[in-house]
Amino acid sequence: MTDAQIECRDLWKIYGQRSDEAMKAVLAEGLSKDQVRDRFHCVLGVRNASFSVKKGEIFCIMGLSGSGKSTLVRHVNRLIEPTAGEIRVAGRRVDSMDEAELLELRSGTIGMVFQHMALWPHRTLGDNVGFGLEVRGVAPAERRKAAETTLEAMDLGGWIDHYPDQLSGGMQQRVGLARALAADPEILLMDEPFSALDPLIRRQLQDQFLHLSAQMDKTTLFITHDLDEAIRMGDHIAIMNDGEIVQIGTPEEIVTNPKDDYVAEFVKGISRVGLVRAETIMTPLDGREETDKRVRMDAELGDIIDHFMDDQTPVTVITPDHEVVGRISIKDALAALRG
Amino acid sequence: MDLWNIFDQEWVPVGAWVESALQWVVTNFRFIFQAIKVPFDIVLTGLENGLTGAPDLVVLALIVIVAWQAGGRKLGLISATCMVAIGLMGAWEESMTTLSIVLTCVVFCCLIGIPLGVIAAKKDRFWLVLQPLLDLMQTIPSFVYLVPVVMLFSIGNVSGVIVTFIYALPPVVRLTNLGIRQVRGDMVEAARAFGASNRQTLFKIELPLAMPTIMAGVNQTIMMALSMVVVSSMISVTGLGQMVLRGIGRLDMGLATVGGLGIVFLAIVIDRVSQSFGVSSRDRDHRKWYETGPAGALRSLFRKG
Repeated sequence: MTDAQIECRDLWKIYGQRSDEAMKAVLAEGLSKDQVRDRFHCVLGVRNASFSVKKGEIFCIMGLSGSGKSTLVRHVNRLIEPTAGEIRVAGRRVDSMDEAELLELRSGTIGMVFQHMALWPHRTLGDNVGFGLEVRGVAPAERRKAAETTLEAMDLGGWIDHYPDQLSGGMQQRVGLARALAADPEILLMDEPFSALDPLIRRQLQDQFLHLSAQMDKTTLFITHDLDEAIRMGDHIAIMNDGEIVQIGTPEEIVTNPKDDYVAEFVKGISRVGLVRAETIMTPLDGREETDKRVRMDAELGDIIDHFMDDQTPVTVITPDHEVVGRISIKDALAALRG
Repeated sequence: MDLWNIFDQEWVPVGAWVESALQWVVTNFRFIFQAIKVPFDIVLTGLENGLTGAPDLVVLALIVIVAWQAGGRKLGLISATCMVAIGLMGAWEESMTTLSIVLTCVVFCCLIGIPLGVIAAKKDRFWLVLQPLLDLMQTIPSFVYLVPVVMLFSIGNVSGVIVTFIYALPPVVRLTNLGIRQVRGDMVEAARAFGASNRQTLFKIELPLAMPTIMAGVNQTIMMALSMVVVSSMISVTGLGQMVLRGIGRLDMGLATVGGLGIVFLAIVIDRVSQSFGVSSRDRDHRKWYETGPAGALRSLFRKG
């Protein structure tokens, strides 16, 4: 893939003093996480992870705590050193960068947002937001200007000389986001950015971020433990379990076609109304009669159900060019709803 | 030989060993120790000349202004009261000498102790070696190392500063180490994630966040330095300690009391002022230092004018 902005291939992370030995043994014998722990006293953090993120897309990594998602994302800006594997950001190999290149990458190309905000309490919002520019040696006036603009974009204009503890949680995370955006990076790493917020504020920030992200064309790696959030935000979702990527797909693929019981368990409680599209559940027409009720093949399940409100005759599915490709009976729709 | 009382005889002559080792060091390396004295001497002489040479009231005003700036009007008043009391008791000159010894000691404790603490926080192995050394420095009764210090550095105020330095160094090292280690992990990680080098992370994030703890260490160091004042007067260090020692020697209760009270008043002032330096800006409602105290008063005066 040539347009991949972030690409990880065969990435492994083993923590512990004997990680090299453990790595060899794992490759040779395919040890499990528990075996690695017992034999080498090492912890397997990430197991053979490969994924690629296209420019401009939001890629969600979903998993329970301890599944290695935070570890995985920290390899992208190499806050954590990989044990084995390749990481490419915008075509450049991150795993073989020297210190200077790495600092440049972190301050210019990649912005990061943290779960507990991690704003520095002794610095004003302006100094927090301008930090990435400050360490690169940008002049104070220019820094302040950049901080002002980004804070403005996050609806925090006028707060520049205040301190983080004077703000509410939601506002603090907007500062966190502003800090990540201040240097105008191509890539955002977001480590459960909205998990610590209450549901209403979370929803607001999700919307604000989606809006912003559509405007600015950033590539985002978004970590969450909440599948609802992953589905709302993500163009693609990777599901992790025990350090391994279990499944990668679009939200619809994950929900309609979970690869194993682990994923299925997550998907269970997810509403399919806004997710499943006509082309996924339609059956071929096979000579049966067309009906007047027509939906496009990318129509969502919710819209299809609307067509069955008045009468229960099947709907016909068409392409954008008005070509008939299949049909959906009320049974198909209900079955899809049930999952 | 009486087997039942074998310990009547000295089997391991530790005393003799130390004696000859010290003799050897003194004869061969005394010049090194004399060189170590030089920076202590320069700082001490400068401070002492300044504090005792300047008119008393100027020094008093200076102390009160510093206290007011550091801890507000109330601390300014307390300091004024304490220092005036010292002056009225006739212990002003002595207290200025003691103050300059304590300040010199603190300067060197910070210069050496804070970097040591930072390294200790970064390198676990270094901390492992340093820790027993600090324990040793704190637990050895200070009388014990008076003798080698006198032999290596001779007597006088500078030697007094060095003795005090050894005794008072541990708290600032310990609390710097603790303060840096206690900085929240994600604060440091965030700094690294935005491209800060180790050095930038230390100076822009870790040290400022650890500052209240470090200042608590500095405060402890100051208090320990003050508590060495009387002991160090035995190697003919002048000042308030010497008043107490002379009082003991001549059973002159009056002199000892004046010296003792002087130490107490001085301790109150130094303790309070150094504690207020450690208050984080969050607890001061994020007001800059120049927006409060005498500097703030001056500023508002000029603004109106």
